[in-house]
Amino acid sequence: MHTNFTPEEQNFEQEVQAFFKDKYPNDIKRKQDHAVPLMKEDFIRWQKVLFAQGWAAINWPVEYGGTGWSTVQKYIFANEMAKANAPAIVPFGLGMVGPVIYTYGNEEQKQRFLPDIAASNVWWCQGYSEPGSGSDLASLKTRADRDGNEYILNGTKTWTTLGQMADWIFCLVRTSSDVARKQEGISFILVDMKTPGVSVRPIITIEGDHEVNEVHFEDVRVPLNNLIGEEGKGWTYGKVLLQHERTSIAGVARSEYRLNRLKDKIKNANMTQPSLQNDSNFLRKIAALEIELKALEYTELRTLAAVSVGKAPGPESSLLKIRGTEIQQCLDELFMEAAGYFSLPYVPNQYSLESKEINHVGFGSDSVSSLQYFNNRKASIYGGSNEIQKNIIAKHVLGL
Amino acid sequence: MDFSITEEQSALKDVISRFIDNEYDFERRMKIADGDDAFNREVWNFFVEQGFTAIPFSEQDGGLDGGNIEIMLIMKEIGRGLVLEPFLENIVLAGGILKRLGTVEQKERWLSEIINGEIQATVAFTEPQSRFNLNDIATTAKKQNNQFILNGKKSFVLNGADADLIIIPARTSGSQSDTHGITLFGISKLNDGVIFNTYKTVDGHSATEISITNLEIAADCVIGNVDEGYECLEETIDEATLAICAEAIGIMRSLHDKTVEYSKNRVQFGIPIGGFQALQHRMVDNLMACEQSESLLLWAIMTDPKNKRKSKKAISGLKYQIGTAGKHVGQEAVQLHGGMGISWELDIAHLFKRLSALEILFGNADFHLQRFINLSES
Repeated sequence: MHTNFTPEEQNFEQEVQAFFKDKYPNDIKRKQDHAVPLMKEDFIRWQKVLFAQGWAAINWPVEYGGTGWSTVQKYIFANEMAKANAPAIVPFGLGMVGPVIYTYGNEEQKQRFLPDIAASNVWWCQGYSEPGSGSDLASLKTRADRDGNEYILNGTKTWTTLGQMADWIFCLVRTSSDVARKQEGISFILVDMKTPGVSVRPIITIEGDHEVNEVHFEDVRVPLNNLIGEEGKGWTYGKVLLQHERTSIAGVARSEYRLNRLKDKIKNANMTQPSLQNDSNFLRKIAALEIELKALEYTELRTLAAVSVGKAPGPESSLLKIRGTEIQQCLDELFMEAAGYFSLPYVPNQYSLESKEINHVGFGSDSVSSLQYFNNRKASIYGGSNEIQKNIIAKHVLGL
Repeated sequence: MDFSITEEQSALKDVISRFIDNEYDFERRMKIADGDDAFNREVWNFFVEQGFTAIPFSEQDGGLDGGNIEIMLIMKEIGRGLVLEPFLENIVLAGGILKRLGTVEQKERWLSEIINGEIQATVAFTEPQSRFNLNDIATTAKKQNNQFILNGKKSFVLNGADADLIIIPARTSGSQSDTHGITLFGISKLNDGVIFNTYKTVDGHSATEISITNLEIAADCVIGNVDEGYECLEETIDEATLAICAEAIGIMRSLHDKTVEYSKNRVQFGIPIGGFQALQHRMVDNLMACEQSESLLLWAIMTDPKNKRKSKKAISGLKYQIGTAGKHVGQEAVQLHGGMGISWELDIAHLFKRLSALEILFGNADFHLQRFINLSES
């Protein structure tokens, strides 16, 4: 029983560290370190750097341009990425639709879509939730009716993250209502956002940002060969995707990075109000969080160890999602608490595009802490709310 | 990275697990707890015969060269079975002191006899005023010619009534809370000048208040160097803390499993109560508390013991978790069992009581959270 890396794994770790040191663009790093929101161009440029290195499609098999890494290698990479505070890979293409296409798509679809996803040439977004279908996702109503060799889509998708930047959207849509269970009759269809009848309406969230959208489909004509896999089997494909999503949104390594920054902040007189340094109540909250996070790190390692000997990431990924997001939100609270009054200035545009100057009020990124706190209330809601995760564990692990 | 255990470790786990299942059922356990003796000698002999008592000692000392993983496997089962026999007191506590500091002569005289089951032993690690501070020692040992004269009080001495050997930390110099100036003495309970007050504890175990007046101790009963006993005491208590955390996890898992099982069978409003979402989510919380605790146990076990600050810190992190998550799981198990959960006749109540005792033993959650902070890099 041990958590040591093999010599090969240690070499790999050094290689990854060197990569982040040399290839991670300084201007993007500066924005990240000062909590300045990234532009589409920043994300794409960074992902193209990863692609050039062959490290963009982390979970993909080698034959589709993936890394073919072991679970331990993936773990090392995620850790180093968090330590470098590099932007997370935008998940919709590389993390979500890519795996569905190479697993369930036909040869033509693989050749048509996968290379552009791997190279970040095409920006994808996710069309799952609807105004009337949140936790009860299978109740979705967006319809795709066959007409010759096309589907005609009608309906509304919502909470579409970064949909305003997207070229394509992958959707769960209803192709049949004549079914015994509502999970049947759902299909997985890819739609070009430029198709006539697709419109995107921004939703401004609690912190004042435009991150999510409503996407409307009005008589949108989509070729039949944009259907992935079999018609009516989309629910199965979509669920596989969600399990990938849940493991990755635990964000253990990133939370560790943030915890260390919070501790730095407390120690460093230039980064915080002096009275915080001796606030034993606050120090105890940090310590309790550190313990919970350490536990989750080992829970994740145990899951990885099981996966690396061939077990599928099952319902346990729900556990990681619940605790992982709880910890993230607790960190958000602590950063805001640490900022005190300086958490309250509402200065949405801290970054000047012309001068490239960053205008925060207070110490460090204090004035962004509340925006992060408000924004990240989403973490326990998205990817299947934490209550839905508990339903999954109750059913599939406890057998209730 | 590897979380698997070896074949030998797996075999060890099977032996004790089978013993709990087949020979140490709840009924027998309660008979032992209700009896006049603190524990059952036959059961202890079985532990000796199976070699459990030899596990954490070097071959040179007559042991089996086992480590924390083996102790963890045994203690989890001890937890699950609510075992009353003094493995912790003899092997982890007294054995822990002796394996670290005992001379060859002392090991022959005491450690070999502990391993063979010939004598019972313990460590008197706390005093009426000390709470969880191991260094708060008011018991004095004054050197006089070739011996020491001991005076003071020791509290909550586990296995105290049966112990043939009691290891007593006493102050030979310095003030009451100094870590320097603490010396470890091995004394026999038959000595004059020692008054015992033994009582049962809420978890079915027993403990003793010891009062020492002008007790004369020969110099060869000093374990380790005079004034330098603290480090060994702290390390031993840390190892014991790790052990009881494993015991607590054994209990937590048992409580969780029994609660889920109960919820599938208990019918109210026409359906098993496990069908109610309000209860399902609480049982999921219990499962997560168990898994997170297990993870911290593995962290603490795999932390390099040579890095003392880190390994102490890991143990305090774990004990904090057991103090909080354990309390949660225990209270929830009782609540979800309804009135049955507070019935003496059901094991749930007794698992909960032992878990509650373990939360306090060697420092509660608050104490260990503060120690965790103090051990953080500044």
